[in-house]
Order: sequence, then structure tokens, then C-alpha cells
Amino acid sequence: MRLLTVKNLRKTFAQEKEAIHAVNGVSFHVDKGEIYGLIGLSGAGKSTLVRCLNLLERPDSGEIWFDGIDLTKQNEAVVREKRREMGMIFQHFNLFMRKTVEDNVAYPLRIAGRDRSESKKRAHELIDYIGLSKYARAYPAELSGGQKQRVAIARALALNPKLLLSDEATSALDPVNTELVLSMLRQVVKDFGIGIVLITHQMEVAKALCGRVAVMESGLIIEENNVETLFLSPKHAATRRLIRGVEDVFPLKHGETIVKGNIYRLGFRRESVRRPLISHISREYNVDINILAGDINVLQTGDVGYLVVSFEDIGDEEGALKALRENGVELVPLTAEDAVNHL
Amino acid sequence: MTQELIRATIETLEMVTVSSLFSVLLGLPLGVLLVLSRPQGLRPRPALYRALDAIINVFRSLPFLVLMIMVFPLSRLITGRATGTTATIVPLAVAAIPFVARIMEQSLLEVDGGVLEAGLASGAKISQLVWTVLIPEALPALVNGVTITVINIIGNSAMAGAIGGGGLGDLAVRYGLYRREPVMLYTSVAVIIVLVQLVQWLGGYLERRLRRDGKVTASA
Ligand SMILES: Nc1ncnc2c1ncn2[C@@H]1O[C@H](COP(=O)(O)OP(=O)(O)O)[C@@H](O)[C@H]1O
Ligand SMILES: [Mg+2]
Repeated sequence: MRLLTVKNLRKTFAQEKEAIHAVNGVSFHVDKGEIYGLIGLSGAGKSTLVRCLNLLERPDSGEIWFDGIDLTKQNEAVVREKRREMGMIFQHFNLFMRKTVEDNVAYPLRIAGRDRSESKKRAHELIDYIGLSKYARAYPAELSGGQKQRVAIARALALNPKLLLSDEATSALDPVNTELVLSMLRQVVKDFGIGIVLITHQMEVAKALCGRVAVMESGLIIEENNVETLFLSPKHAATRRLIRGVEDVFPLKHGETIVKGNIYRLGFRRESVRRPLISHISREYNVDINILAGDINVLQTGDVGYLVVSFEDIGDEEGALKALRENGVELVPLTAEDAVNHL
Repeated sequence: MTQELIRATIETLEMVTVSSLFSVLLGLPLGVLLVLSRPQGLRPRPALYRALDAIINVFRSLPFLVLMIMVFPLSRLITGRATGTTATIVPLAVAAIPFVARIMEQSLLEVDGGVLEAGLASGAKISQLVWTVLIPEALPALVNGVTITVINIIGNSAMAGAIGGGGLGDLAVRYGLYRREPVMLYTSVAVIIVLVQLVQWLGGYLERRLRRDGKVTASA
């Protein structure tokens, strides 16, 4: 079931010198039960986009179809009603610091006019669900980051929304709490049958959670695919850069072409991750394959790996490439510049 | 003599309480308006904001004595007289309103924008947001602002006494300056100091309690 359809959304900020096209014509859709990832480096326009979705930011043009209506055409009262169908969580949790956990979670209900006892009952159900019952009367300042985000999730779920908007929800958390919050989001989708728009700059997060992922750069979605395909054959340099991660540093200096031959990025599916394909093809086609970088990524759907290799120009390069393709390897040719800058 | 001191103290308390009340009652909404209407606010009204901002600056730069004289006609209009305790309440409040507005504005601006956004994302109207998030989250700072305001008004009320305002200031001037009776002068000054200390202590206590709320476990 389609939950959200965004068509050609634009938002421009008029600055003194020049206008910033923060969101520059973005279209996508999200289905029930889906965690749709929006990934991009800082400044790509992700937060602006997600804030447009519940009209915290008024888009300049485009359509946001949700619950059978185009939100961009509605008045404030209708928008407020619809916001209650969309929960939102944030990087810095944004809990009310002077309200208890219980009152934080009950807040959307109270604002919607539900009476005190009903709100309290629902809040306690949700606090149980996130496993923080003994903190119901505590204030946010007493909680760890991971606990705060769980409270924020409970608050976002208070009114039984259809969709959850998550803007960098794990970016301020340590790895252990990140994992905790991510598994909670996964569980929430199952238990509440909602969809999530998940904004992140960490490919780690997208690959742990998302089905489809869109890559954003300069206000545009430059590439959208299911996670596996995205990891196997990323089309854009920005995508490769996001996949690479920070720990995997390419062993070349800027502009230097130590590498003589053609450079390729080879994407391996789980079937071919374990086979000694490279050495086999190297022997068969008499090519020297120089491995420049590589990694294996654990996705929801299984493992995918990649290698960045250069073929030295002896032997049958064409044959080798063909053989790789036939073995299910995704090939993306890279320039030396690409390889250095945007692996 | 003691009777006169008690009467003057009561007059001062009356002037300070009533004018504090009015200045907060009018200054806090002004502070909220400033926060909402500023260019980065939730309801940007740049023209309104700039006008309010300018008016507040003008009033704040007037010395209290000048303002008091300027406000005489208004006092007479409202209270029927230009001097005396009741009449002095008007200039005291008028002088404090812009001060309160500014101090409340600063306190309210301390509330994290993300927290307000969370309120809006939860479906709150702006008016609901003001009452349920903006003011409650800023409460300790607001209390601190009220404390500063009251102390300020105590000071001004003493000054008002010198030009026919009644209260402890009037007592100090009459006995200290005209009759040269230093005992009465120093006694009234001492009472003023005690009042200021009391307000400071009470305000500080309230603020600390409120701040603690956000920090320590309410025992389950
Ligand atoms: N309120 C604003 N006023 C002006 N520029 C803004 C505003 N919000 C965001 N921007 C600009 O829009 C661009 C996208 O920002 P943002 O949506 O926060 O990106 P991301 O969340 O991907 O880091 C940035 O260049 C940012 O400076
Ligand atoms: Mg952002």
C-alpha cells in the first residue's frame, strides 16, 4: 500500500548573495511496511526535504500525497491533523526537558485533546514497549542518549501514525545504542505496520535497515535502488564514497597514477563473494589483476562485497571482463581520478 | 515613628507587588510576541518585530525619573491623582514593562528550536506550543527574570518616593534630607535592603527548584 508520494518537490532558501536550492525537484514514494532510506552527505538537503514532508517547512512547489490528499494544498488545520499521522524523530532527540518521560510520550495525545487518563494509559503502554517502564517518572536529563531516542520514538508513535520521519536518529549515538535504536525501528515497522522515511549520512545505517535507498546530492536524488543493487553497482561517485566508509582509505595520492591499466569496481553478490574468482580469471585470461581496495558489506538481504582492481595491459582483458560479468559480478569502470577521490 | 515605618513599608510592598504583577502580565506576552515575530521566529513579522524592538529600546533608555514625570498625566488618568502610592504604580509598571519584555524574550530564546519543532511535529498549534512548551521549558529562566524585575522595581519605587511617591523612599527623603534624622533614614534603607535580599533569596530558591526538576529523579 502506498503511504506517501512526493512529486517534484522544491525548496529554495533566499540568501543574501545567492539562492540555495536545498531541495531541487525530488520525487519518490514510500510504501507501508517499508523503510525508505535517504542518504547523502551533510548539506545535501536531506533535513530540508524531510521537514517539507510534514510541512514544518513550506515547499515552494511540488506535491506531497499522503492519506489521499496533497498536503501542499491544505490549510494549517488540515496540515496539523495530518502531522498527527506522521511521527517524527530527530538527531538530538528534542525531548521536552522539563516534562517527565511519561508526559513527553503523552504530549501528542494531550495536544490532540485526549483526556488525561486515556493519554496516560497509552503513554504507559508505549513506555512498556520501549522497555523503560521504570523511568516513566524520570526526566530526560537522567537518561542516556539511546534511552532518550527510545522515548522520542514512543512519543512519535503516541497517536498511531502511519509514517515515521527519522532525521539522523542515530547520528548522535554510540555504536551500541545505534544498534539498539535501529533494531527498535525495525521492530516498530513490524509491530505497528508503518513506513519509515529514514534520513542518514551513514551507509551503515541504511544497509542495516532499508529496502530501497535514495542517494541525495545538492538537493537532488541522484540514484535510487534497493540496497543490494546500490552496493553492487553504485552509479555515482557520491554513492561510492558513501559506501566506502571512512576506514577504507584508498592507497593512492591525489592525481598520481601509480596504476597504469584500466580500473574497475567489481561488485560481488553473496554467491560469488566466497569463490576464488579473481585468481581463477587472472590465470585463465592471463591478466595481472592489481587489487586496490575492497570490503564486504553485510546487508539485510545477505552479504555483498566489492573490489577495486586495475587490469595490467597484458592478456585478454575483454575476455576477463566478460567472464566476470557471466559470473554475476557487477562492473563499474572508474577513472584514476574517480578511484582516488570517490572510491 | 515605628508606625510610620510600618506604613511606609506596606506602601512600598503594595507599589512593588502591584506594579510587578502588571509589568509581568503585560511584559511576558510582549516577550512571547518578540520571540514569535522575529525574522527567525515561528511567525515571522519583521515589521512588527522591528517596531516593537525600537519602542522597547527607547523606553529602556529613559531614566526612570524622566519617565515618571512623563507618565504623570497617564497616572492621573488611571488613578485620578498624580502623586501618592497608587499613582506611582503606573510609572513603575510602565518603566518595567519594556524591561520585562526584553528579559522574557532573552529567556524564551534559550529554548532549543528543535524542542519547539518537536512540539509542532506532534500536532501543536502555535498558541498551544507557547503554553505547553515555550513557557514551561523556559520557566527557570523566566522566574529568574521576574526576580531581577522585582528588585529593579524596589529600587525605582525608592526613587519614586523622592518625588511624591510615598513608601520607604519618601520616608528616607523626608527624614534624612529635610529633618536630618539619620536613624529613620538608615532604618528605611535597611528595610529596603532586607526586601531586596528576601526577593533575591526567594527567587533563587524557586529557580533552583525548577532547574532541579529537569535533572534529578522524582522518587518513584
Ligand atoms: N533555514 C535555512 N535557511 C537558509 N539555508 C538553509 C536553511 N536550512 C537549510 N539551508 C541550507 O540548505 C542546504 C541543505 O541543508 P540540509 O537540508 O540541512 O542538509 P542535510 O540535512 O542533508 O545536511 C544547506 O546548504 C543549508 O545551508
Ligand atoms: Mg540534516
